[in-house]
This record gives sequence, structure tokens and C-alpha cells, in this order.
Amino acid sequence: MLLRHTPKEIVERKAVSINPAKTCQPIGAMYAALGIHGCLPHSHGSQGCCSYHRSALTRHYKEPVPAATSAFTEGASVFGGQANLLQAINNIFSVYEPDVIAVHTTCLSETIGDDLPQIIKKAETEDKIPAGKYVIGVSTPSYAGSHVTGFSNMVKAIVGFSEKTDKKNGKVNIIPGWVEPSDMEEIKRIAKLIGVETIMFPDTSGVLNGPMTGKYKMFPDGGTTIAELKSTGDSIGTLALGEWCSADAARLLDKKCKVPCKVLDMPFGLKATDRFVDALRTIAGVTVSDELNAERGQLVDLITDNHQFFYKKKVAIAGDPDQVIAMVEFLVSIDMCPVHIVTGTPGKKFEKRIKELTDGEDYEVNVKAKGDLFLLHQWMKNEPVDLLICNTYGKYIARDEDVPLMRWGFPILDRQCHQYFPTVGYKGGLRLLEKILGMLLDRRDRDSPEETFELIL
Amino acid sequence: MATATKKKKVQWDPADVKAELLKKYPPKVARKRAKQIMINEALENDTPEITANVRSTPGIITMRGCTYAGCKGVLLGPTRDIVNLVHGPIGCSFYAWLTRRNQTDAGLDGENYINYSFSTDMQEQDIIFGGEKKLEAAVQEIYDLMHPKSIAIFATCPVGLIGDDIHTIARLMKEKLGDCNVFAFSCEGYKGVSQSAGHHIANNQVFKHILGEDDTPVEGKFKINLLGEYNIGGDGFEIDRILNKCGITNILTFSGNSTYEKYATAHHADLNTVMCHRSVNYVGDMMEIKFGIPWIKVNFIGAKSTAKSLRKIAAYFEDQGLIDRVEAVIKEEMPEVEATMADVRSRTEGKTAMLFVGGSRAHHYQELFKEMGMKTISAGYEFAHRDDYEGRQVIPDIKIDADSRNIEEIHAEADETRFNPRKTPEQMAALEAAGVKFKHYDGMFSDMDEGTLIIDDVNQYEAEKLVEIMKPDIFCAGIKEKFSVMKLGVPMKQLHSYDSGGPYAGFRGAINFYQEIDRLTHSRVWAYLKAPWQESPELTGAYVWE
Repeated sequence: MLLRHTPKEIVERKAVSINPAKTCQPIGAMYAALGIHGCLPHSHGSQGCCSYHRSALTRHYKEPVPAATSAFTEGASVFGGQANLLQAINNIFSVYEPDVIAVHTTCLSETIGDDLPQIIKKAETEDKIPAGKYVIGVSTPSYAGSHVTGFSNMVKAIVGFSEKTDKKNGKVNIIPGWVEPSDMEEIKRIAKLIGVETIMFPDTSGVLNGPMTGKYKMFPDGGTTIAELKSTGDSIGTLALGEWCSADAARLLDKKCKVPCKVLDMPFGLKATDRFVDALRTIAGVTVSDELNAERGQLVDLITDNHQFFYKKKVAIAGDPDQVIAMVEFLVSIDMCPVHIVTGTPGKKFEKRIKELTDGEDYEVNVKAKGDLFLLHQWMKNEPVDLLICNTYGKYIARDEDVPLMRWGFPILDRQCHQYFPTVGYKGGLRLLEKILGMLLDRRDRDSPEETFELIL
Repeated sequence: MATATKKKKVQWDPADVKAELLKKYPPKVARKRAKQIMINEALENDTPEITANVRSTPGIITMRGCTYAGCKGVLLGPTRDIVNLVHGPIGCSFYAWLTRRNQTDAGLDGENYINYSFSTDMQEQDIIFGGEKKLEAAVQEIYDLMHPKSIAIFATCPVGLIGDDIHTIARLMKEKLGDCNVFAFSCEGYKGVSQSAGHHIANNQVFKHILGEDDTPVEGKFKINLLGEYNIGGDGFEIDRILNKCGITNILTFSGNSTYEKYATAHHADLNTVMCHRSVNYVGDMMEIKFGIPWIKVNFIGAKSTAKSLRKIAAYFEDQGLIDRVEAVIKEEMPEVEATMADVRSRTEGKTAMLFVGGSRAHHYQELFKEMGMKTISAGYEFAHRDDYEGRQVIPDIKIDADSRNIEEIHAEADETRFNPRKTPEQMAALEAAGVKFKHYDGMFSDMDEGTLIIDDVNQYEAEKLVEIMKPDIFCAGIKEKFSVMKLGVPMKQLHSYDSGGPYAGFRGAINFYQEIDRLTHSRVWAYLKAPWQESPELTGAYVWE
């Protein structure tokens, strides 16, 4: 047993977090910043933070993740990191020549109280920022919220680029949240299918799912350009996908540039995708194309064809709030039973949403925000499930409890292609169900006695 | 396997390469980096002094991590039955959770916390009002849940800043719990200049709190410890297999697949063997002073180095039976190694490698490449000190700067009851004369060819330039460097965590490594970078379907 010290009996813990279902803010800020074209993320802290975040992102996306650090030493930690950051800005523009440096803080620089706006201002007055280049900064203390909060905070900072002119650009802003580059690509494809022009930010497609060419581009072709980011202030509206990841930025843009916004769930599964498409066509005033209607029909077809296999199957799920909410709705919609649900990210709204989504179902639901995988595992010991949906860390639980694991979320360290194949939208729904079905039916094939082992399922 | 693309012989002058690396830097950075980039003169340690173990430059994308990573991630992480409780915000514990591929055998007792991540997950109020109470409660909760024999507490950056007294909490909890050794590491990420400071802090605390506390005798005629081997990809398992076969008892591997008990009884060893000089030479020195156990440098990376290291250990024990046994084992193991070596070498001879990793691996792995007839044209460490480049004889001349001064130096003293010099001064001198050198390490310079480039704390920009100019057949570093190098069309091998491979130590490990490098340098997959229409983009005429 890999997790042999996890007891079935659950005792409330107040102080120790075991096997977390979250990580810290700065990594989210780093990921979001990579979705700006020509941007080098910068970690204002000791060099270990930057190293860990780059490693974790690289292991998940299987792509280069450049980012710089202020490389605090004990001196900087006592006297403040201003000198380090000024030096870093100068060196970065000289050596790597990005269009933008997106600085985020760490628990170290937050605890000593470094004032990023003041330091960036100083860099400006000291001419350390070349003409036409930008340095943005955001506070991402690791001791508050989670990686999701850090992502959201950086997206808010990106809104700082928006400008309002007298002329609307006829586009819809889409803030996709922390989803895979493949998901961002798919959301753009859906918008294109129904003829809506969009600006997506951040957009890591073409950045963290790039091709092998024999050339290394530190700043790949993808990412939202500064021109596009400026133009977001002239868009007709903003769709924010995910309350945790994207809503704050959309509201800020509304406040700043009077771009109305609508906060939606991330478009995972049938119903959430329906709402996304419906909102998009309403804002843009277009008709949904037959092509997309056909895609929807295919997803419904797969669901109706295979309902027997989904029906009443119990699922345990851990992940980030926006993803988990959408997934729980999807599971309920196909008559699967999400019985144990955990996110590491704090937020009472999470538990409320999950309770609403599972209200009236004839099974008990365990749900916890600010929970951990240790607790999820204990719940599974008390009430076993047919499927676990979790990031790669779930595989230790899955093996011990002999439950199939569908890897979904962040980080996925031991499987491939999440960066290429989306799970959002109707096509993504097909892929999710293909995976779930494959796991449930593989299990059935494995476990069936010889006399009931069947060719056709 | 098909040979990839045809390669032109590239000529380069090391001085030109160095100039190219420095060209784009602001003057201050260029001056500093110039002292960390050396052209090897290969003349008996005559290469000019290298600057190492100094701060990385803010904004320059270093490969380095932090003190916490060196302490908790590298040194204490692999010990299975000590709960590692990270006191800090959640990230530090999360990122160090199972990411180093330390393999572990849970043993008969089954106490194994390797697969867990424990954190106090400090929140804003803990930063403002202090996190001591939460830490204390966390220790108690872990104890109540799992009853571990030991809990190690690791400080992260904010802990040092807000002044949580983790050592007092540890002491009080140890007293309170009675049967659980609780101790702490002040390994805040901002200390020192790299992981190296964390190694030193880990050495100190392990030495103070566990090493040699259990006097229960350990069976075995030839007892050693293996210091600085982390069982990544199962390296330690392979070394243990060989040692067992030779009849050598390895009490403690510090710290691959280790247990509390192995640390506690390590003072029963009669010889300390040091693999990674950088990370554990401190404890080697301290154990010699406290217990009288001498240390020698060994290297189990490379089949010939493995054989050499075994012979060195046998020579130390001055026992003909052991000497014969070791020779018999080498004789038994080598034919398979040599057969694979010869086969692979027929394809790898003359190829080139670059290694930028660790504090000893960039040196050790050159042995394996040599065995394949491959030349290391550039190498460097991520967090080593001058002695790892130039040899230990420079230690007295190393200037102690402010960053090093902040790391505690323990002055060990001979233990009143346990000190027992294993050899007389005369025996030591005779062994030295016979080639068993104690407390000796020649460093990387002496093993590299003239004109090769040795680069300390190489960064992303320099690595990319080196690959572009010198076009090595393989580049070795870590995960952060992996994909940018591969995008350039050059095969890349991670030598921190071995990608998903290993073991590469010992005899079987050597075979694995030859085969892995053979695969990497002769893979057909690198030939697909261009589509047919990119190879010949000119359309000469319209094609007509018949």
C-alpha cells in the first residue's frame, strides 16, 4: 500500500494539511502571464519559487517554460528586494528582449512588504524599461488563496492594458480561466464556428502546445498580443469562464472600460457548453451554425447510447473549483453520482454550488472546499467509488483502492496530450466520455468472470 | 535505428565561444559571468580559479533552486520513516512532493511517508500573528494520526522572517510526545545562494539529532556508509546489490532509501564512502572527528569507476578475502557490461556531450560517456563550490562571503565514548601511499580535456547559445532545460531525475545508460522536423492527375 498510513476513521484536522489539492498563488500568475504574447513571467522572491513553478509547469505541459527570478538572498530579505528587481528588469530587457515582463510576488516579498507598483515606477523613471515595452506587477501572496487565486490575480493585472476609445471593435472578450492550451484553442474554434470575433486572454495556445521545428523560440507565436489586450476595452462584452479564475478580471474590465460581462461556468460538459454557446450567440447577435448543432447532437448521441454504463456509477473528484463545478454538473446530467468532492482552494461558494447541483439526488454528497486528498481518500475508504477524477497525485489513491483514475486537472505529470486534446465544448465532452467509458468498460472486461466475459458491450 | 540528419564537423575556438556567451550581457553581468566560465587548461590544476557558489544574478534565468529544495527536497526527502512537515504556505511542500523520483522499499516494518506531503499551509493570519501554535498543533495531529518515530520540521521563507522559533517547538514537542524525535531545519529558501546551503543545513541537523544515537551493534565484517547517494531511479538499489555481493555491509545510504534507524546506527561503520562530495562532505568530516571514521571519495557512476571504487573500499579494509571477493564480482559483472559497451561504442565513438547538473553529477557522468567513446565538450555544476571543480586542496583558499557565513558551521568534537580511530596514523599513511586517498577529491577540471568549457551556474541563455554553436550530440541538465534544448533538435537527457529511466549507477546501471544514450543519439525521430514540402518548397510545374 502506497498510502498505508491513511486511516479509514476521519478525525478533523485543524493544523496539518496532508496531500494538498492546491498549490500556491505564484504558479497561477506564471501560467497566466505565459498567455500574453512576448511576455516573460518574473518571480519576485527567492530563486527556488521560480524554479519550482517552472518545473511543475514544464512537467505538466511538456514545453519550455521560461521565467526569471529576483533571486533574493538573505540581504534582500532584510533590506527589501527593490535593488534585485531593478537589476532584474534591466538584465531581462538586455538579454531576453521580451515585450512584457509580468512580475508576481511570493510569500517572501509579500512578508517583507515590497511595494511592486513603486518599484516598477522607479524602473520607469530610471529608464530601465525600453520604449514600447511594459512591466506589469501583481501581488500574489502564497499564504492566501491558491494557485487559482494567483491565476485570477494575474488576469486582473492583464486587464490593466485595456483602453477605451470611442469606437467599439465588435468583438467579444473571452477569459477562459486556467484551462489547457488545447481548451483555449477549442473555445476559439467554437466562437469561430458561430461567426463571433473574439479576443481571448490569457491565451496559452501556441505557447504551451507548440510544434517541434528545430528552432527554440523563447517567445512563441501564441499568446494575446498587447494590441489585442488594449482593444479589450472596446469589446462589446466579456464572457468570464469560471467564477474563481476569471470573474474578477471581467468585473474589473467592466468597471474600467464599461464592457459588460457575464460570468459563466467553464464549458465542460453538455449543459455548461450550451450556456456558453447561448451566451456567445446572444451577445454577438448571431445564429448558431449547423456545424456546431451537429457537434452537440453527437455528444447527446454518445450520452444516450451509453447511459446504461454511466447510470448510478459513483465518482470521487478533486480539482480546482471552476473545473469541479462544471464536471459535477456534467456527471449529474448523465446520471453518474459524484459522491466525494474536494477542492483545495478556499471559498464557501464552492460547497454551496455543489450542493445546488446535487440537490434532490438520492445519494449523500461529501463536499469540502479547502480540503485535501488525504480527506478525499478517507471518504473513499468509507464509501468506495467506481471512478476517481483527479490530477496525477490521485494515482496513489487509485492504486491503493483499486479504482480507475481519470487524470484531469493540474498537474498531470505522467500522461500526455492534455495540451493537444481539449475537454471543453461538445468535442471535449466526447473526449471526456470516451475516457470515462474506456475506464469503466476496461474495468468490466478485467473483472468479468470468464462465463460472462462478452465480446460486445 | 536510422542515423538522424547528416552533421557537419563544427569547428569552434573556446575563447570565441566564451566571448559569444558574454556578448549580449550588460557589462556588470558580463564581468561576473566571465569568472564563472573557464577554458580548461588541463595542466595539473593549473586552470585559473573559477568563481563558484556565488549569487545568481537577478533576472538571469538560472537553473538553480533554493536552500529549502536542497535540504528537504534532496537530502531529507528520501528517508521513508521520518515525517517531513513543511512549515509554510502550501506551495513549498506541494512542489517537493514525490518529484525527485527517490525510490523506496517500505521494508518489513512498512513505515513509509514518502508518498505523503505534510504542510502547515500557513495563512495570512499565521504570517501576521505567528505560526508557532499551528506548527505545534500540526505536529500533534500527525503524531495522533500516524505515530511516526520522527518528525522533521522544515522552515520556508516567511518562517524566518516572522521569527517562528521552530527549534524550540521541536524540542518541546519531542519532550511532550516522548517516543517521537522531533527536530527542525532552518532552511529558508533565501539563505545561501543555491541548494547547496540546504545540503549543509541538512548535514548539520542530521548530525546533531540522529546520527550515532543508537549503540545497538550492527552485524557485518566490512561495514561502510554510502554518503551522498539518493536512490533516484533505483541507483542505490543497484549499488547495494553490488555491495551485498561483495560482502560489504552498507549501514546507511545518506539518504536514498534510508531509515531513521540507519542514521542512528551509522557510527558503527568503519568507513564512510562519499558519492556526492558537494552535498555530504560536511557530515563526512564531522563523523571523522566525532567517531573516528575516515572517508574516501567513491563514484559508482560508470562501470570502471564502480570497479575502481570497490577496489578502493577493499584496499581500505586490508583483507585479502574481501579483495579477492571484489575481484571475483568485478570479473563476473564486467563481461555483460563490456559487451554492451563495445556494441554501443561502435555507434557513439567520437560523439559529444554537454553536462550541466548538480554538484557532482556533471563530473561523474563524464565517466559513462568516456566508456562510450564520447567526449564532454562543456560541463558545469549548478550549485557546486570551487573544490568540486578544482579539487579539495583549494578549500583553505576559498573566500568565505556573507552568504556562506550565514550557514552554521558545526565544530564537531570527538565523542567521549564512541570515538574510535579505525586506523592508526601509520596505517593511514601506508594506505595513502598505496593510493587510498582520504578526504580527497580532485574535482572536475582534472578529468576534462584541454580547451573544454567549464561553466558554473550556466543559465538558459548560455545553454541555448552553447547548443547552437557547439552542436553537441547530447545535452544533459534538468526538467526546466529539457524542452528548450529539444526544440533545437538536440537530444536531451535529464540527469537530476533521469526522465523516467534508471538506475544508471553500478554495473547494470551502466548498461542501462549506454542503451539510453544509444537510443537518444541514434533515434530516427529527429529526422522528421521538416515536412517534404519544407525540404523542397519550389514547385517546378503543376502536377496533373492522370
